[in-house]
Amino acid sequence: MNWFLALPEIVLALSGLGILLLGVIKRDDATQICSMLTIAAFVLCGVLIAGSALGTAYEGQFFADPISVFAKLLILAAGALSILLSFDFNERGHIARFEFPVLVLFAILGMTMMVSAGNMMSLYLGLELQSLSIYVLAAFARDDLRSSEAGLKYFVLGALASGLLLYGISLVYGFSGSMDFGGIAHALVDPAAVSPGVIVGIVFIITGLAFKVAAVPFHMWTPDVYEGAPTPVTAFFATAPKVAAMVLFARVMMGPFGHAHGQWQALIEIISIASMVLGALAAIGQTNIKRLMAYSSIGHMGYVLIGIACGNAAGLRSVLIYLVVYVFMNLGTFAVILAMRRRGEAVETIADLAGLGRNDPALALAMTVFMFSMAGIPPLSGFFGKLYVFLAAVQSGLWGLAVIGVLTSVVGAFYYLRIIKVMYFDEPGLAFDRRAPSLSVVAAATGVFTTFFFLLPAPVLNAAEAAAKVLFG
Amino acid sequence: MNQAGFPLLSLITWLPLLGGAVILSLRGDEDVIAANARWAALWTSLIVFALSLLLWSEFDSSEAGFQFVENVPWLPEFGVGYRMGVDGISVLFVLLSTLLTPICILASWEAVRKNVREYMLVFLVLETMMVGTFCALDFVVFYMFFEGVLIPMYLIIGIWGGPRRVYSAFKFFLYTLAGSVLMLLALLAMWHSAGTADISVLLHTQFPTNMQYWLFLAFLASFAVKVPMWPVHTWLPDAHVEAPTAGSVILAGVLLKMGAYGFLRFSVPMLPQASAYFAPLIYALSVVAVIYTSLVALAQTDMKKLIAYSSVAHMAVVTIGIFTFNIQGIDGALFQMLSHGIVSGALFLCVGVIYDRMHTREIARYGGLAERMPAYAVTFMLFTLASIGLPGTAGFVGEVLVLFGSFKVNFWLSLLGGSGMILGACYMLYLYRRVIFGRLTRADLQSILDLSPREIALFAPLVLLTLWMGVYPSSFTHFFENSVSAMVVQHRAAIEGTSRAAARASFPLASRMVVPVAQNVVH
Repeated sequence: MNWFLALPEIVLALSGLGILLLGVIKRDDATQICSMLTIAAFVLCGVLIAGSALGTAYEGQFFADPISVFAKLLILAAGALSILLSFDFNERGHIARFEFPVLVLFAILGMTMMVSAGNMMSLYLGLELQSLSIYVLAAFARDDLRSSEAGLKYFVLGALASGLLLYGISLVYGFSGSMDFGGIAHALVDPAAVSPGVIVGIVFIITGLAFKVAAVPFHMWTPDVYEGAPTPVTAFFATAPKVAAMVLFARVMMGPFGHAHGQWQALIEIISIASMVLGALAAIGQTNIKRLMAYSSIGHMGYVLIGIACGNAAGLRSVLIYLVVYVFMNLGTFAVILAMRRRGEAVETIADLAGLGRNDPALALAMTVFMFSMAGIPPLSGFFGKLYVFLAAVQSGLWGLAVIGVLTSVVGAFYYLRIIKVMYFDEPGLAFDRRAPSLSVVAAATGVFTTFFFLLPAPVLNAAEAAAKVLFG
Repeated sequence: MNQAGFPLLSLITWLPLLGGAVILSLRGDEDVIAANARWAALWTSLIVFALSLLLWSEFDSSEAGFQFVENVPWLPEFGVGYRMGVDGISVLFVLLSTLLTPICILASWEAVRKNVREYMLVFLVLETMMVGTFCALDFVVFYMFFEGVLIPMYLIIGIWGGPRRVYSAFKFFLYTLAGSVLMLLALLAMWHSAGTADISVLLHTQFPTNMQYWLFLAFLASFAVKVPMWPVHTWLPDAHVEAPTAGSVILAGVLLKMGAYGFLRFSVPMLPQASAYFAPLIYALSVVAVIYTSLVALAQTDMKKLIAYSSVAHMAVVTIGIFTFNIQGIDGALFQMLSHGIVSGALFLCVGVIYDRMHTREIARYGGLAERMPAYAVTFMLFTLASIGLPGTAGFVGEVLVLFGSFKVNFWLSLLGGSGMILGACYMLYLYRRVIFGRLTRADLQSILDLSPREIALFAPLVLLTLWMGVYPSSFTHFFENSVSAMVVQHRAAIEGTSRAAARASFPLASRMVVPVAQNVVH
């Protein structure tokens, strides 16, 4: 048994336990050191992943392949940057506890398991480890009513989704006779002979995963949770778990259920269209920027789902590229949102950004880059995400999805432009407090990535291409 | 490497960004930054203009293909490269962009007082995007520049514009974006079908006729908004009225040309059958635009709005010319684009001159300016007459060539399209009479000053060019004659190819429509 392939995860789990122990033992405040150690653990894990061998371990339950490497590196980067974003906020919000980085670490561990899963069981275990950590994180500001509400809401709905997913898994197992991805794929080789039970199971699995990626019509929890959770947690929610769930989604649909593509494609298309339309329209009326980001992420997931609906190599490639672009521009946006503080209080309405162009040109410039990028305007990175998704759609002949996609992106551009308008065209309000250096670092790094992605897109594209070849050799 | 011996086009394209970086790095108190930003922007744009003059002198007009070609692999596995190059059709637009940018910067010298550094920076970014659009020889690169123009223009209108600037900026952005994204899909389809995004390859790729129709409609969605054609022109008057003077100049001078350039670069040569099929539609829209917007212009009380509507009418003449598919028509369309770029830009500058003094564009607020501003009156008159199309000015040549070209297609098209010249005379002379002639009755006009030396420097090159283009047009037409005739020959060959094929059936609808049009075109 080749347990060595899971070494990065094992290291991550052990360092998580170690950091937890340190936090408990250390008498005085251990947040700082635990956060640093967590980031260090992420970096170490990333190095191990980049250097480790590829293959299948634990009797096919665990894949170490280019897809999982790609997704894990992205997840770790998102996790590390999220922790970096949380320093200042947690400190000022008096929720700086050492459990925070530890919970993030275990969530990330769950995610790495999710993207490596080769079996419905390991999939579910990874998903639950991730979800349970995340429920606690949502309610991390436990004295804050909104945060507790967000945690509870997330837990109840998330548990329901997990139940649906589990039910779907049991149906698929019952009718196909296998939990293993390879075994399921083998059972579905002839789509005409597939029993309806498996299809029902697939529908339940899609439902459960759609919950996790917050795709319409299973998105209801997102705005409330995004708004209620502490902002660094929201930043984390919007990035790493989305990547993990989306990659898992893509792998499950294109791997074990790949042969049944004709059966589930229409379902994914509907979810995708509904997400894009709702993400574009519902965001227009929002006044709270965190809620706006919730709808924006719903819309973005709609675009990613186009790639899954394609169900081919081009589709998988576009999913991976979009996620990279999405993660960095989202983290940058949240860095700006976290910098929105007046007299020590965090403010989160869009109107609070008024006059940022005058008061803090650098921050406003960064936000402008992120907003134009989210709207998909070239030459920013967001354009390339959309470009490859639409290219995949066109190649697969999904014209309806492509046309609706580009049109909703125009509607979406409206609310991103509105933020730029508020920053530059409106009369300046009070200036924000001095922003923490950690926020500046994250905003600058993600801003540079977003702006200059077009100069050197090849590494990301090649990695995504290599990953796509795994399922479509 | 190309004939310049160094990547000239890339230099012209990207140098403004370097100037922008310099402006960003300026330090000091606000006035110092503003002054330095102005000078840095002016010098950058002048150097870029000087470089583009090199392009003018080195360009070999006997060659119909692309010149100064640069090719750097960018996404080789997708068939996308950073390809730059100009042919006779695009080279003069590069020059137009680089000429108008320093003029715009000079025009904003005193008019812009708020956020000068950002203003100059955005203008230089805009120059990069404009030049890049005309130089790009790769679809993806083209789209990036084409769409990238929206960002600086949105900011120019929204930050430095008039009272309704937010509405106008949004309208401009969303209209243009809605059109462009459909073009993006067409682009992806062509990229997928041809396996490359290289424009010089796509120009010789034969797309299936059925596919061409859809591609044409997608391109039309984008370019019709940009040109703008009736009925999607409504963003233009709003954007013009609210934009600062320099923004209007660039908008009218260069941005509108991007749409027509798109038709010439993509629709006509790449989709010949569809272009011929849809030509009647374009004629109809253009004729409506010529007559309708001219009449609307007649009723305007705001000077900028009037000139904006006149732009729609003039650009409609351009689209007629392009879709005649003969040498006169396309030559005329190109010439009209260049002359309109200069003349309408100059007209907006003329409005800007008195707006800077009186802070109103209301026509009724003026009158009798000839008494106090003789030099201004002469300048304004020259551009008014050029806009009407008086022989000896730039406006004449283009309109007449388009009329010749359209006459070969259809008498009524020519007649109705030509009515724009008469209506143009009506609204422009009416405008001129109300602003310049009459008695100077208003007290606040008594002390109005004539053109300052800076403004004279602004107008001098434009006056010179307007006369030069009118008196000796062949020094400009020889640039694009060869490219245009090559395009026309290729178009005819393609149409003849299909009409023979269509005669053998299989596309019942297409054959019924394409053949008559094609016959009109060829003979």
